[in-house]
Amino acid sequence: MSTSTNTSADILTFRGSSLEVRDLTMAFGDIKVLRGVNLSIAPGTTTCIIGPSGSGKSTLLRGINRLHEPAGGDVLLDGESALTVKPDVLRSRIGMVFQHFNLFPDHTALENVALALWSVKGMSKSEARERASRRLAEVGLAERADHRPRDLSGGQQQRVAIARALAMEPEVMLFDEATSALDPELVKGVLTLMAGLCERGMTMAVVTHEMGFARRVADQVVFMDEGEVVEAGKPADLFDNPQSERLQRFLSEVL
Amino acid sequence: MDFLDNLIRTFLDFDAMLAVLPQLLGVGLVNTLIISAAATVIGVVLGMVVAVMGISTSRWLRIPARIYTDLFRGLPAILTILLIGQGFARISQEIFGPSPYPLGIIALSLIASAYIGEIFRAGIQSVEKGQLEACRALGMGYGKAMALVVIPQGIRRVLPALVNQFIAIVKDSSLVYFLGLLVSERELFRVGQDAAVLTGNLSPLVMAGVFYLIITVPLTHLVNYFDNRFRSGKRRPSAPSSGLNEVKELDAVTPHITGSNT
Repeated sequence: MSTSTNTSADILTFRGSSLEVRDLTMAFGDIKVLRGVNLSIAPGTTTCIIGPSGSGKSTLLRGINRLHEPAGGDVLLDGESALTVKPDVLRSRIGMVFQHFNLFPDHTALENVALALWSVKGMSKSEARERASRRLAEVGLAERADHRPRDLSGGQQQRVAIARALAMEPEVMLFDEATSALDPELVKGVLTLMAGLCERGMTMAVVTHEMGFARRVADQVVFMDEGEVVEAGKPADLFDNPQSERLQRFLSEVL
Repeated sequence: MDFLDNLIRTFLDFDAMLAVLPQLLGVGLVNTLIISAAATVIGVVLGMVVAVMGISTSRWLRIPARIYTDLFRGLPAILTILLIGQGFARISQEIFGPSPYPLGIIALSLIASAYIGEIFRAGIQSVEKGQLEACRALGMGYGKAMALVVIPQGIRRVLPALVNQFIAIVKDSSLVYFLGLLVSERELFRVGQDAAVLTGNLSPLVMAGVFYLIITVPLTHLVNYFDNRFRSGKRRPSAPSSGLNEVKELDAVTPHITGSNT
């Protein structure tokens, strides 16, 4: 449920919760963007969600933490319906990382991580800053704690954003194209960090265009198109032996 | 030559200016600044309330904010000041005493808050949507997210516009004289006007005008200075560093991960 420190190796391990999406429907006004999506993510596993733009991948993530309210269906976090708990409580249990980082520009890296710790978790400010600086050190940014986002590279900013989400001790992490806005040489560092979280037991739903990452790290790959899950399974099965015509076409375009 | 002499005597009579100077400094300037500052402070507080109501998702907050803004922005300042200054004179007398001074400040505040509310609203709405989303995704409630992250950014963006609004308030404060102020309560314009009537010479009014300019012109330039600085963006100057250095920075902390996954 929460993070704990393995003192012998001083490596943080996680106990991720299970996440299940049942017949999820989402709409913008009259336009249905998700049509009955089913998805099951076992605790401590990583699911990569791939698909062409406009397929509803991001919308699915935003439905899971209810940044956008689902129109129908259900989301189960650790077996209990996410739609019955208060959105703010739900979101404090689910971390999210955005394509454009969305760091707070007038806060330092440390303050970015510490803000929700004292304002949501109710820690004292010194306690929050202490935990924030530990989380920053874990993503290799101990020395940049006092920098503002504008003085950090894209890769560093995204690592601050990951530290910010992890500091809340989430049970599930959602990544919405976390590396799409990065310079090419900085992509790997962030992906490596994400792979590390996966290894240490975090439950993750990762929307990505990095097929190499999906193949190497994911326990499950889900291919979405036009608001539906078209195909799901082991990475090797999907990438080497795509069944549907749409996935075959998609892979021929991106690989 | 006669014409020029005449002009100088009418507008720039040095003795008449000197005579009114102590009053302009001791009474006029002080009162203009008190009225303007008080109206600005109240206007900023009310303006923030109106702005937050104006961007609410509830129409029961949005519509009153809209009506309030339309009303006080749409009416001539002099009309608002007279209606409030005279209409509420009885109530004001019970609370503040006989002076119309507080009512003048309140009327100016209401007018200012309508403009300031629009300034704040525009500033808050110009903050990227991702900021609020990032807060909400961390489990922060709407109110906290607005108060801690979104509104401070919005305010910073509209500081130049707020200074402009203060300049407008300084000028509008001259209208309070319509309510009939006590001798000690007169602001710059009234002091100049009284002296002009008394001496039959416009020079005291010109002097009052000079005082207005002394307040407003430096502020205008200060706004431009800040505006430029905000626009160009002050960055900590640093030597360009290779993105490859950053790769090393991360390798240092995650050896156990990089070993197995790359």
